Amino acid sequence: MSITSIFKFRLVTTVISKRSIGRVLDTFRCSICMMDSVQASIRNKLSEHFKPTHLDVMNESNMHNVPKGSETHFKVVIVSDLFNSKTLLQRHRMVNELLSQELNGPVHALSIQAKTPQQWEDSKHYVTKSPPCLGGSGK
Amino acid sequence: MSDKTAEDRQYFNDLVKADKVVVFMKGIPEQPMCGFSNAVVQILRMHGVDNYKYHNVLDDQHIRQGIKTYSDWPTIPQVYMNGEFVGGCDILLQMHREGDLIEKLTEVGIRSALLDKDDNEAAN
Repeated sequence: MSITSIFKFRLVTTVISKRSIGRVLDTFRCSICMMDSVQASIRNKLSEHFKPTHLDVMNESNMHNVPKGSETHFKVVIVSDLFNSKTLLQRHRMVNELLSQELNGPVHALSIQAKTPQQWEDSKHYVTKSPPCLGGSGK
Repeated sequence: MSDKTAEDRQYFNDLVKADKVVVFMKGIPEQPMCGFSNAVVQILRMHGVDNYKYHNVLDDQHIRQGIKTYSDWPTIPQVYMNGEFVGGCDILLQMHREGDLIEKLTEVGIRSALLDKDDNEAAN
């Protein structure tokens, strides 16, 4: 093999290696930035729109028959004045509409507890526990 | 509205009005396949509501996707009473806890078993 060929070979393998490392790093960085991205998106949208006095967004996917690290099952506890004089159905629809992108995408189940500030205080901040998974369809 | 959409709408109109209580769930009442669906079944059972029309969406993708579009509600389970969408697991649970489910069942002509339980306790 000539020196030029060896040089080209080393250059190519170095470039390939750097590209591979780059891809690995990008995947790793992508994994980091994707981690909790659905959760963050839900939290941000709810915060911005409802200006809640209390907000909890919990990823409960680990309680269900889905791969580890999934972001498919969420529980939202949200307290906002925007729920005043709204029925339960109306409140849930408000949240569903805001999160329609997530619900049409990765989110498979969304448990919502939507209260007014008064209701939140009267209930002494009570949050119902989510029921245990019974296997589902694996989705 | 296209013919297909209108046909679908009519199909689901008929489904949700087929009984006083109609539940779209994962699994069947005897064996729910989802914790949320099971919660709905258990709550209805507590009120003595055991015989109702149900649809196991795991067996029928057309119903599974179609009911979400029809109800404009993204998740399963879904509960209908007298053809009217009541809600999912969270709403049913909250209605049950706050006594509103007894009232809703009365509206559709179903006497909640919890009323009889209360009457018995009051008599004793």
